[in-house]
Amino acid sequence: MVELVWLIPAFPLLGFLVLLVAGRKLGEPGAGIFATLMMGGSFLSAVAVFVGLVDRNENDRFYELTLFEWIPSGDFSVDVGFLADPLAITMTLFITGIATLIHLYSIGYMHGDANFYKFFLYLILFAFSMLMLVLGNNLLLTFLGWEGVGTCSYLLISFWFTDEANASAGKKAFVTNRVGDFGFMIAMFLAFFTFGSINYGEMLSGAPGMAVGTATAITLLLFVGAAGKSAQFPLYLWLPDAMAGPTPVSALIHAATMVTSGIYLLTRVNPIIAQADGWAPDIIMWVGLFTALFAASIAVAQKDIKKVLAFSTVSQLGFMFVAVGSGVYVAAIFHMITHAFFKALLFLGAGSVIHGMHDEQDMRRYGALYKVMPVTAFTFIIGWLAIAGVPPFAGFWSKDEILLGAYNENKVAWVLLLLAAVMTAFYMSRLVFMTFFGKARWDAEIDGEVPEHEIHPHESPKTMLLPLVVLAGLAAAGGAMNLPFTHSLKRLEIWLEPSLFGNEQHINVAAGTKWGLAIIAIVGALSGVAGAAWIYLKHKAPASLVEKPIMESGWGYDTAVSNFMGGPGRKGFDAAAWFDKTIIDGVVNGAGSVVKGSGTLLAKLQTGYVRSSAVGIAGGAVALVVYFLARTSF
Amino acid sequence: MPNVDAAYYLILAAMLFSIGAFGLLVRRNPLVMFMCVELMLNAVNLTFVAFSRDLNDVGGQVNVFFVLVVAAAEVVVGLAIIVAVMRHRPGATADDLSVLRG
Repeated sequence: MVELVWLIPAFPLLGFLVLLVAGRKLGEPGAGIFATLMMGGSFLSAVAVFVGLVDRNENDRFYELTLFEWIPSGDFSVDVGFLADPLAITMTLFITGIATLIHLYSIGYMHGDANFYKFFLYLILFAFSMLMLVLGNNLLLTFLGWEGVGTCSYLLISFWFTDEANASAGKKAFVTNRVGDFGFMIAMFLAFFTFGSINYGEMLSGAPGMAVGTATAITLLLFVGAAGKSAQFPLYLWLPDAMAGPTPVSALIHAATMVTSGIYLLTRVNPIIAQADGWAPDIIMWVGLFTALFAASIAVAQKDIKKVLAFSTVSQLGFMFVAVGSGVYVAAIFHMITHAFFKALLFLGAGSVIHGMHDEQDMRRYGALYKVMPVTAFTFIIGWLAIAGVPPFAGFWSKDEILLGAYNENKVAWVLLLLAAVMTAFYMSRLVFMTFFGKARWDAEIDGEVPEHEIHPHESPKTMLLPLVVLAGLAAAGGAMNLPFTHSLKRLEIWLEPSLFGNEQHINVAAGTKWGLAIIAIVGALSGVAGAAWIYLKHKAPASLVEKPIMESGWGYDTAVSNFMGGPGRKGFDAAAWFDKTIIDGVVNGAGSVVKGSGTLLAKLQTGYVRSSAVGIAGGAVALVVYFLARTSF
Repeated sequence: MPNVDAAYYLILAAMLFSIGAFGLLVRRNPLVMFMCVELMLNAVNLTFVAFSRDLNDVGGQVNVFFVLVVAAAEVVVGLAIIVAVMRHRPGATADDLSVLRG
């Protein structure tokens, strides 16, 4: 059934085309239901391919399906083809699965929106792009999807574009991503230069023999691209602003698609990373580690519920990069999957809260919501326990794997990462306590403002609750796919092995150490929860103890970048624009005007007088004779 | 038959060619210019024949036939053009044809 791999992206593509033509006619809720069904079809095809792949021999799980030749150009040839291997199908499964749930949820969330069908049009195109990114059998097709998700994120983030802030948030996401794309493109050129092909199969089998310098360069350049898409320091800036979009979009971008593509790409090219100089993966690890800590510290002080989750995503992605940098790819993918479950759950839960609170996003106006939103609260709490790293929920298992990988690589990194994990537990507990527990502050006066009308929170409709319940189940039990107790229980690791070409770091530490580390991690998580309870539930300490203004403003980094771009950076861009306009364009236009000028000049020779032409011929003949005579005589 | 030195033929041919070229450059009557061109062609023919005889190589004479054929074709086309021009503009000179310049 592996041959059905083309169906996986075909369903969303069909959905997109139909919505494009007949979306307005389908209207609400027809367009949403149709899009959900298409995504569901895609998910079922993914399951079918998965089953087909499991049926195959372990060494034969690398199926390529070439549809047609896309760009034939001399030595350079790119096909449109799909690669179904364990890595791609693992990604596909959770992308399509979560996307289906988010589509379903959106039917409820977008109820009454004037552009209802357009939302699903963009949403399904987004899913299609992501699937092309993951399933493409060459770098260029991945790049196509890469740009596709970039474009769709722009469209979706600025979906309510009549608000200036939303429109500029979309632009910011697009432009910041372009910086990363630059690295991706150079890496792609370099890969073609080195391997003579950008097909994954040929690249990855050729990787062990390549020059170390080239491998290092490709690794770092791809990391630049990955840092852009997966929101790592210093390119994470777009992600918190991306909260401007409708909440299901945030869930889709942050959980299943887009931000995971950087991790996917680096995991995909793991033989190249293995060939690179040792410091290249170290850079990946330290950047990830720094981002994890940095973003977690910002999340602690945010007031907006979606901003907390946004910085939490940045931080969790940092964890995954630490795993990639430490060579524990399975842990990275594992955490990506569990994160997709619980982050989609948390975002959709937050969306449900925002929906119920009439678009109020400030957590200081929440409180005691568990009474009015029991299902949302219950599922959200499962998501919270999962991300905080409390066993037996999914996040604990995957985070523990990453911590173990970091411990194996560098003890300092492990300590810092543990700190980030504790902070994660803290800020998530803060969010939950402020939102669902404590006193109701729905009409609270904040910064001298009160809500315009009274707020009566209510539970969300069933289409929104069903995805929450499914995701809560996954977030609770998702850890079961890769349990560390015995080798046979590490199902994900065994399953992913063919895609990793033996580059996975196998950690050989004593069982006692493993247990010790796990217990330290649990104690850390619980102390984070306890700390938050101390401040936000018991009010034994003022919130200002941890919520520093500098942290709320993201350590001033965003402002600094904005100021730089508006000030000295602006001059640099103007200089670059001037250079482009005068020097580069000057050379091109110059070539044109030289030809034109000399043409005008030479046209004067063409008088139309026969005899002047004859003089020219005669003169030329004489000159030739003189030349030949001179040559023979001297 | 006395054997005349090839140099005399060549000198004659050179003179004929020069006269033709000179006439082509200085005269404005298209018919005269046409005759000058013919003169130059035949000067070249003479050179061919002279060398052919001197070097005992029949190739030169073969070339002459080609030149004659091309010249005949040229005359056909050229005269037709001249007649057409003269009908349209009696007494036109070669310089008047510069109005055709694009």
